[in-house]
Amino acid sequence: MQLFTLVVGLSLATALWSGVQAVNAEARASYDAAAETLGEGQFAQITSPTGEIAQNDYIRLRRAGWLVSPIVQGRLDGVLVIGLDPLTSPSGMGGPDLGEEGFAVDSLVGGAVLGQQSTLDRFNAENVNEIATPDVAPDLLLTDVGTAQRLLGREGIIDRMIVAPQQPIRQLPLQQVAPNLDLREPQSGSDVARLTDSFHLNLTAFGLLSFAVGIFIVHGAIGLAFEQRRPMIRTLRALGFPLRRLMVLIAAELLMISLMAGAIGVGLGYVVAAALLPDVAATLTGLYGASVSGTLQLRPEWWLSGLAIAVGGTGLASAASLWKLSRMPLLASAQPRAWGMRAVAARVWQAGLAVTLLLTALVLGLIGGGLIAGFAMLATLLVGAALALPVILDRLLAFGAKRAKSVMAQWFWADTRQQLPGLSLALMALLLAMAANVGVSTMVSSFRMTFTGFLDQRLASEFYVYADDADQAERLAAYLEPRVDQVLPIQSTTQDVKGMPSEIYGPTPHSTYRDNWVFLQSTPDAWAQIETAQGAAINEQLARRMGIEIGDEITLADEAFPVLGIYGDYGNPIGQVIVTQTAFAALFPDVRPERFGLRMDPANVPALAQDLRDAFGLADDNMVDQAGIKAFSLAVFDRTFTVTGALNVLTLAVAGFAILMSLLTLATMRLPQLAPVWAQGVTRARLGQLEIIRAVLLALLTAALALPLGLALAWTLLAVVNVEAFGWRLPMFLFPLDYLRLAVFAVAAAVLAALWPARKLGRTKPAELLKVFSNER
Amino acid sequence: MNAKIITLLLLPLTASAQGFAGLGTGSGAFETPERPAIFDFPTDYGPHTDFRIEWWYLTANLQAEDGTPYGLQWTLFRSALAPVEGESWSSPQFWMGHAAVTTPDAHFVTERLARGGIGQAGVNADPFEAWIDDWQLVGTDFDTLEMTASGPDFAYDMGLTAQGPLVFHGDAGYSVKSEQGQASYYYSQPFYDISGRLTLPDGEVEVTGQAWLDREWSSQPLSDNQTGWDWFSLSLDTGKLMGFRLRQTDGSYYTSATWIALDGTATAYGDGAFVAEPVATTDVNGREIPTMWTVRLDAQGVDVDVYALNPQAWMDTSIPYWEGPIIVEGSHTGRGYLEMTGYD
Repeated sequence: MQLFTLVVGLSLATALWSGVQAVNAEARASYDAAAETLGEGQFAQITSPTGEIAQNDYIRLRRAGWLVSPIVQGRLDGVLVIGLDPLTSPSGMGGPDLGEEGFAVDSLVGGAVLGQQSTLDRFNAENVNEIATPDVAPDLLLTDVGTAQRLLGREGIIDRMIVAPQQPIRQLPLQQVAPNLDLREPQSGSDVARLTDSFHLNLTAFGLLSFAVGIFIVHGAIGLAFEQRRPMIRTLRALGFPLRRLMVLIAAELLMISLMAGAIGVGLGYVVAAALLPDVAATLTGLYGASVSGTLQLRPEWWLSGLAIAVGGTGLASAASLWKLSRMPLLASAQPRAWGMRAVAARVWQAGLAVTLLLTALVLGLIGGGLIAGFAMLATLLVGAALALPVILDRLLAFGAKRAKSVMAQWFWADTRQQLPGLSLALMALLLAMAANVGVSTMVSSFRMTFTGFLDQRLASEFYVYADDADQAERLAAYLEPRVDQVLPIQSTTQDVKGMPSEIYGPTPHSTYRDNWVFLQSTPDAWAQIETAQGAAINEQLARRMGIEIGDEITLADEAFPVLGIYGDYGNPIGQVIVTQTAFAALFPDVRPERFGLRMDPANVPALAQDLRDAFGLADDNMVDQAGIKAFSLAVFDRTFTVTGALNVLTLAVAGFAILMSLLTLATMRLPQLAPVWAQGVTRARLGQLEIIRAVLLALLTAALALPLGLALAWTLLAVVNVEAFGWRLPMFLFPLDYLRLAVFAVAAAVLAALWPARKLGRTKPAELLKVFSNER
Repeated sequence: MNAKIITLLLLPLTASAQGFAGLGTGSGAFETPERPAIFDFPTDYGPHTDFRIEWWYLTANLQAEDGTPYGLQWTLFRSALAPVEGESWSSPQFWMGHAAVTTPDAHFVTERLARGGIGQAGVNADPFEAWIDDWQLVGTDFDTLEMTASGPDFAYDMGLTAQGPLVFHGDAGYSVKSEQGQASYYYSQPFYDISGRLTLPDGEVEVTGQAWLDREWSSQPLSDNQTGWDWFSLSLDTGKLMGFRLRQTDGSYYTSATWIALDGTATAYGDGAFVAEPVATTDVNGREIPTMWTVRLDAQGVDVDVYALNPQAWMDTSIPYWEGPIIVEGSHTGRGYLEMTGYD
């Protein structure tokens, strides 16, 4: 029995922890390669406001003493092709590990292209030597600058330059060498990393929480083990068995058990991870464009971290019991009531700590800034609330006891209250699990609602067509004009706006935009002014991150535009600016539209798509109907929900298990208190029923407290953490039905947990109860 | 880019190759030096893309006004994958620059790498211009040159003026490197007066001295059984001496030397005449490097002890080697430079 609870508790805790860690690690490993290859984050970069840098400028910078390295990039066959110059790339940029054989510089210069086999399979360029390697991120191909220029048709042009961290002691100022270029300082993290970190954070929070819950279980199980063994230990000690040896033996036993349970846990964790990973991968790809391969590799670090956390957790959980054991007077016996009295004193400082933590959370929420403060706020909020839980429950129970009329009811309230110290850890676990579930469900659901609404706004056209090049685009436009209600050319380019990489869009004035692009903030009449080229609109990310407000001026290709509107742009990592088509054409005369939004009767979309296939040979990738995008987006969210839902159930199950363990522990200790009640005529069955009612009562109270905590958590995630991590704030929606469902789950978990101890109590032999009176305890 | 890819890029120079830095690799489609060596200037100041490797190798012994001795190196290597020059990035020509300044107690070194065909590095014969990034060795003719280089912790700006003629080694510039007949084209300008400014972490130092420029190109200068060399250039009171010792896998040596009279008259000495023997070694970067030598060229009565100004003059570059100023004592006195390769 003890072994079972210990092993199950530890295994569950380790499984959740290592499962979540596994998913995180796998996803990170997948796109770290991409982020590193791009050299973003760790290196400063030189970029051009026009988005293109003449290769001659690169040479001029090198000859002026700048240690920079060129990057050429672009999409081909739906694959990101990145060209770099291995000779000048700063060391530290992660390239694939190619091994010593089979690769030489002549193959690189001769057009070698490196990528995963699956990426290469989709890639149809000629005159390249394809080399498969698992070390390049999915959907990415690495090659030489020259090869990339040739493949992308960008001879003599590079996209940006990586600045080596160590520069010579003298070089000409950038202003003097290439005044048209901008130096951008290294970012603290890559865009992809910053976005996906938020997602990982949710998962990690779940993992940690599960583990905390697991530790509560282990604590309970070990407490139970010690409680049950107390008579034996007493006997052994009375017979002269040395204390030190006894403790070493117990510790060794625990170590073995924890190793075994840890191994089982890691195995289970692998199963959890394998089940979740495809959904996580799809979520990350769909939401953030971060590519994750859907396959799981067994990494040694999981085994190590899983086992370490199992052993460490056991150590943590058993330290108190071992310490108590070492101090146990030889002949002391269990005295639950006395323990209960002592708990009162402990509760005072616990309450003090809880208040301090909650106040800290409040202060952080009011004045804190930055991601760290957001996380600190989350942590203080959760721990503070958990610590406050027993105190609040105790007050509530005392209140109940006061109101109780019958003796039986009074005994019930008082007895529940006395059990509180023993149950409080498990109840804290339940509170945390439930609050986290409320918080994360709220966040994900709010995200879904906001995002799908946003899609309706943004993808207002019924059908989108992408041309292969500008010439084809012109013919396409002419072909489409008579066939649809309206052709809306989409043209864009990229440049840095106030230091943030941004896309500049130049839409044709049309009611589609006026009707659908909702501003978060704007001047009156913003669209009318924008359409007459008097200003620009920017997305929330750009406004927040660069501190741009309505009325501020931004510079586009050396021309200043006042910002007239700020719009929500969910899920976009970079800045965005909208100017009207005529202004765009004047600023960027070389950019020609290659994409079109088509307003038309949705029913005619399939027919038009077929026409375009026949007349222009357009691939399906070049045509997107809005319904398809929406369906895809919703599918992505459904996958997110799968992940969230699975973790919901798992954490609640673990919390339920914690309650079960605590009740079992208490059951043995409580016999001396129950025996007199039984002796006065309350049947064992009735006592068992009361146990279940007690569990429901405590679970309900905890759930009631978890709801506000969960909402506070959700608010912190949406209004603090999200703004810091994503650069935009999500409106918060409430989902009462979801919360109700969660509360039902929580109560169900508690009832399931109470069922067994109650049944056990109901079947306790009268002789056992009688023994209480005969034993001189 | 990780070090591995750099290593791979330098593969034709290093790993797969025979002998030190791939210099023993068969010459394949490349041209090979032939006798008699006929030079055509100014064309032969410039690059010879038909050959696999080539260098413009300048070393200088310098002195500050307070008498402190310094050493200086400026080197541009060319290494080709194919005997052609290509358009833009498809050029098979690769360039590598090494620059160093050696003081009695410090050694500053830095390296640059560049692809050919894009203008980042290269050499023009007339007017003479050799460059990689911001480093350059440039002049209207080969006798008057300006030279600069910079690294993360040092830089220098020097002017050079030739005080004597070019010197052709071996058989009028055809320099044999092994018993199997491997050879290179090899000439020097050992008579430069040099002056200028060193920029070091402790400040700027005005220096003057003598410089020695080596020009050498080949497609396989070493045979497969040669693992490295010890090369000496000595400026002595009665003349100058260039001598090298190629170490062979069987423990024997192949040596060659040129005695250069003060008027520039060169006398070549074949295998065996020049003798160089290590006397003491120093632990440099975990390697045992000979930093004291005895050097003899009996035909010219040269019997000298040679020791490093700074034994720690290790070139920690993609192809590492030892290169630094030396002090000469014995039958003759003077200064010079020592290069030792293949001690990995």
